[in-house]
Amino acid sequence: MREVMTGNYASAYGAKLARAEVIAAYPITPQTSIVEKLADFVTTGELKAQFIPVESEHSAMAACIAAETAGARTYTATSSHGLTLMHEVLIWASGARLPIVMTNVSRAMAPPWSVWVDHMDSIAQRDTGWLQFFCQSNQEVLDTIIMAYKVCESSGIMLPAMVIMDAFIQSHTSEPVDLPDQELVDSFLPPYSPDLKIEVGKPMGFGSLVKPDQYMEFRYKAMLGMKAARDRVLRVEREFKSIFGREHGGLLERYECDDADVVLVAAGSVAATAKDVVDSMRAKGHRVGLARIRSFRPFPHDEIRALAGKVEGMAVLDRSYTFGAAGAMFTEARASAYSVQKRPVMKNYIAGLGGRDITPRILERIFEDIQVVSRRGAEDEVEWVDVAGLQRRWR
Amino acid sequence: MTKSYEEIPLTPISDTPSTINLTGYWRVMRPVVDKSKCKKCTICWKFCPDGVIKLVDGEPVIDLQYCKGCGVCSFECPAKCIIMVKEGDL
Repeated sequence: MREVMTGNYASAYGAKLARAEVIAAYPITPQTSIVEKLADFVTTGELKAQFIPVESEHSAMAACIAAETAGARTYTATSSHGLTLMHEVLIWASGARLPIVMTNVSRAMAPPWSVWVDHMDSIAQRDTGWLQFFCQSNQEVLDTIIMAYKVCESSGIMLPAMVIMDAFIQSHTSEPVDLPDQELVDSFLPPYSPDLKIEVGKPMGFGSLVKPDQYMEFRYKAMLGMKAARDRVLRVEREFKSIFGREHGGLLERYECDDADVVLVAAGSVAATAKDVVDSMRAKGHRVGLARIRSFRPFPHDEIRALAGKVEGMAVLDRSYTFGAAGAMFTEARASAYSVQKRPVMKNYIAGLGGRDITPRILERIFEDIQVVSRRGAEDEVEWVDVAGLQRRWR
Repeated sequence: MTKSYEEIPLTPISDTPSTINLTGYWRVMRPVVDKSKCKKCTICWKFCPDGVIKLVDGEPVIDLQYCKGCGVCSFECPAKCIIMVKEGDL
């Protein structure tokens, strides 16, 4: 059944269709309507779940951790300062190997105060041991939540996942979304049943103290889980496609990349605009393509490496900035490309911070710039795009 | 001895309750209850952050195996029937 809905409602429907059993969340702009919709579902009995209103995001994640440890499928949603307040417990969730799924509506961090999109909040959580999926459409948000449970609850993975969408551009923008039949989702996603869970009358401590002689082995196991997630994401998406007839591009979605001279690497809603720009530039004879990072954790190293071996220029757009270095997607993509014999020229474009529009015109200029740079080499490896006061004009 | 990563669970799991840690050994100050002054209000029982006070006929009995000697019960007691004394003094 197709319905027109916002990214936030798509998120709530995703959690409902996945039959989340415990939902603990704290409202924050622009995530609020996810939690409101889920509270509605629980109140009307459409979703049989325990809804726990908590006093902070730290508590929301703590409640999810406890519920998941008891064997319940849990869901939460947050954004920006809420996500960063969770930081400590995010690492607990992954270390305790709890496959919690959470939506993060990616929003800029303050100061300056902003409620609009950028990816700093999500990128700041990259080392927490969570899988991170950046979505481009509202449909992808819904589908990815369902797939994320299936990926993460597998005994070889057992790690939590963050499903990321852009503030307002997705969270509050309506698109047609196909709501899959509950029976189909049930056949795709069986109930959660972990090998080990905490039980009444059987006291156990989870995540207890280990000495230096044993700590690394646990971290090594978590690394293996994240590594195995690469294949698992691809396999789960193939199965999803066979049932629902849709796919979203695996770890790295490639659009018109096969014969491209230069490509743009980007994540989130800007990829949709970039696809239009690729079409219009190709109509004028430019061989350009787009590679969309769908999974930032695990990072699509192999896919980037394969692409880097085929193109002359690779532009990486980051909607956040890692102070003292460059954009995080750029540094990772460049690290992946390093082992390629004939490496492309790579350049980082910092754009769209705090909700600044990344227009088709700006993307076209990035493509034009990387075309020139791929022949001459880059003077500056990192360029801030569309900053008032800088000489270069982008609009 | 260090176990191979293949022999260990996903996260360290213990079936030994934390009650094996006798935290009473941490104590410097010990609560002493003067039951003749006790009004059986149960405030000490409600406030004990470690839950080591039991009520017997409404009066507090403090489990000194676990009491860390924080003094919250003594501070809160309206009847002033719990005093804190230095370990070994009384």
